[in-house]
Amino acid sequence: MTYRNPPTTPRKSATFDDYTLSEIRRAAATGIYDIRGAGAKRKLPHFDDLLVLGASISRYPLEGYRERCDTSVVLGSRHAKKPIELKIPITIAGMSFGSLSGPAKEALGRGATLSGTSTTTGDGGMTEEERGHSKTLVYQYLPSRYGMNPRDLRRADAIEIVVGQGAKPGGGGMLLGQKISDRVAEMRTLPKGIDQRSASRHPDWTGPDDLEIKILELREITDWEKPIYVKVGGARPYYDTALAVKSGADVVVIDGMQGGTAATQEVFIENVGQPTLACIRPAVQALQDLGMHRKVQLIISGGIRNGADVAKALALGVDAVSIGTAALVALGDNDPRWEAEYNELGTTAGAYDDWHEGRDPAGITTQDPELMKRLDPIAAGRRLANYLKVMTLEAQTIARACGKNSLHNLEPEDLVALTIEAAAMAGVPLAGTNWIPGKNGF
Amino acid sequence: MPAINVSKALDQSHASRVFDLAEMPLRGLNQALHDLTPGSNETAWEVLNPKGSHSVAVGVDQPVTIDVRGSVGYYCGGMNDGSAITVHGSAGPGVGENMMSGSITVKGDASQYAGATGRGGLLVIEGNASSRCGISMKGIDIVVHGNIGHMSAFMAQSGNLVVLGDAGDALGDSIYEARLFVRGKAGSLGADCIAKEMRPEHLALLQDLLDRAGVTGVKAAEFTRYGSARTLYNFNIDNADAY
Repeated sequence: MTYRNPPTTPRKSATFDDYTLSEIRRAAATGIYDIRGAGAKRKLPHFDDLLVLGASISRYPLEGYRERCDTSVVLGSRHAKKPIELKIPITIAGMSFGSLSGPAKEALGRGATLSGTSTTTGDGGMTEEERGHSKTLVYQYLPSRYGMNPRDLRRADAIEIVVGQGAKPGGGGMLLGQKISDRVAEMRTLPKGIDQRSASRHPDWTGPDDLEIKILELREITDWEKPIYVKVGGARPYYDTALAVKSGADVVVIDGMQGGTAATQEVFIENVGQPTLACIRPAVQALQDLGMHRKVQLIISGGIRNGADVAKALALGVDAVSIGTAALVALGDNDPRWEAEYNELGTTAGAYDDWHEGRDPAGITTQDPELMKRLDPIAAGRRLANYLKVMTLEAQTIARACGKNSLHNLEPEDLVALTIEAAAMAGVPLAGTNWIPGKNGF
Repeated sequence: MPAINVSKALDQSHASRVFDLAEMPLRGLNQALHDLTPGSNETAWEVLNPKGSHSVAVGVDQPVTIDVRGSVGYYCGGMNDGSAITVHGSAGPGVGENMMSGSITVKGDASQYAGATGRGGLLVIEGNASSRCGISMKGIDIVVHGNIGHMSAFMAQSGNLVVLGDAGDALGDSIYEARLFVRGKAGSLGADCIAKEMRPEHLALLQDLLDRAGVTGVKAAEFTRYGSARTLYNFNIDNADAY
């Protein structure tokens, strides 16, 4: 019997992992960077790294099914004659008609309205489906100004000036030609079938001093009725919040890097911007430093999935959260029932992110008439409403356990962190210690 | 916001309603203009002492005339939808931004972004316009009697930009289907913008625009037409150097 030296187990590189290798091969074969939808997929410090303490001897809880826990929130009370009153502090984020089908936009409006919350237009103008089915509709004012007009501005319930989004702070958009149907083309004043680039900067203002004048113009056009939000990607949350407040915003919206996009470069999504968790405390600090916390409302988005995320975000000082990706999943995005078709597209349910290609088996991120039929806007709207209801109940469960009769009474002292990173970002103690990294010189 | 006493600011004895911004805040002017209903007899308005005020006569949606006696700041006539505004002075950035219909005439010069994202109507600048004139225009007609600055008609989607003088650098960068007519020289052309043949339909269109803008003694044949080469309409990695 011959002796063979024991072989080493084949070892793959942690640096050059399978995904990285596949991306190098894909780039070498195609000569083009990877474009996809959704937000950052890498593991990031997140709300899962925080825990809620609950009541104890020093704090007593509220009865789960008896004692009221308020969930309502008012947005835009700083300057607007007609602030928005929402029953729950969870709003639907801006997603464009064009990226999404008409029925998908209708479903978002239906779900939001059933839940007493708002939905938001996107980079493609306001559709009748959306306006008609949304009790409270936020109208985005974007660099492209696709579909922008004063009539829609006046029939909106609030205006959101979009400076950036979490998936791509500093990036514009691109809607590939295959999604440009006649209707999408008309709304965007562009020929059918060509790629539509959305600018990364607004065409008629730059910087905070201009923004103040732009906000004045929008207020004058709408007779100071509408709340004006300013949305930024999670890049420099302290200064962006302070500058938005200085510019006259009623509401500041910060979208962390887990926040989704219809399409941008993978390298952009995964490498530019900050995690949602890292954006909250600096933004709240800016509001507190200016004496504007709770006067200018703060909305945070990017990776909000459940009532625990909502409760933790509110405890850190935000007034409301916004969901996009989770809302699409509630409608039916990435549903395993379409697994065979996802496989044909070279992916699997849960990983499908080529939303820009318009071949969505779930019929949501498409303009294909046949695929669109797969989404029943009434049933999908109901699913979204159910999901929002569950999130709200979950958040209330946590708040009552902390003895809070309003979600907005949750506070940082109700939280601890499981990791040093999360403790530093959230400004709460590492579990089992009284150590907040970065505080008191440590 | 201060309380508004509109009656104080409006001198009803004039043939036109006169609004003096030295006495009354801007809010009163815009509210009074927005309160107009179809068929109103108050069809002629005059604004005194604008003194660089921003957002003068924004969001007007009735077919009235508005004469602004002096220079204005940002966004004069923003989102105008049907009114005829004349600025008897110069205009700051974004004059006529996102105009839907109607007309705006600036007797003096205009700053940056004149007519940005405009969808319709006619914007006439009798002096010069600064950089980014007609940026992202979506159907508006713009006629500039003098010169325009750099990066004008950037990402211009639709409509017509007419320049009797010269255009600055990077004219029509990333242009879509807007038509640019320049009588003088263009400093340089932006990505995907090229000179194009002036066909009879373009000559007719241009002559009509010149007539409507009150331009005399200038022939359409003196202009060069610029538009999109359409090479960037669908992304191609081999064009990456153009971006």
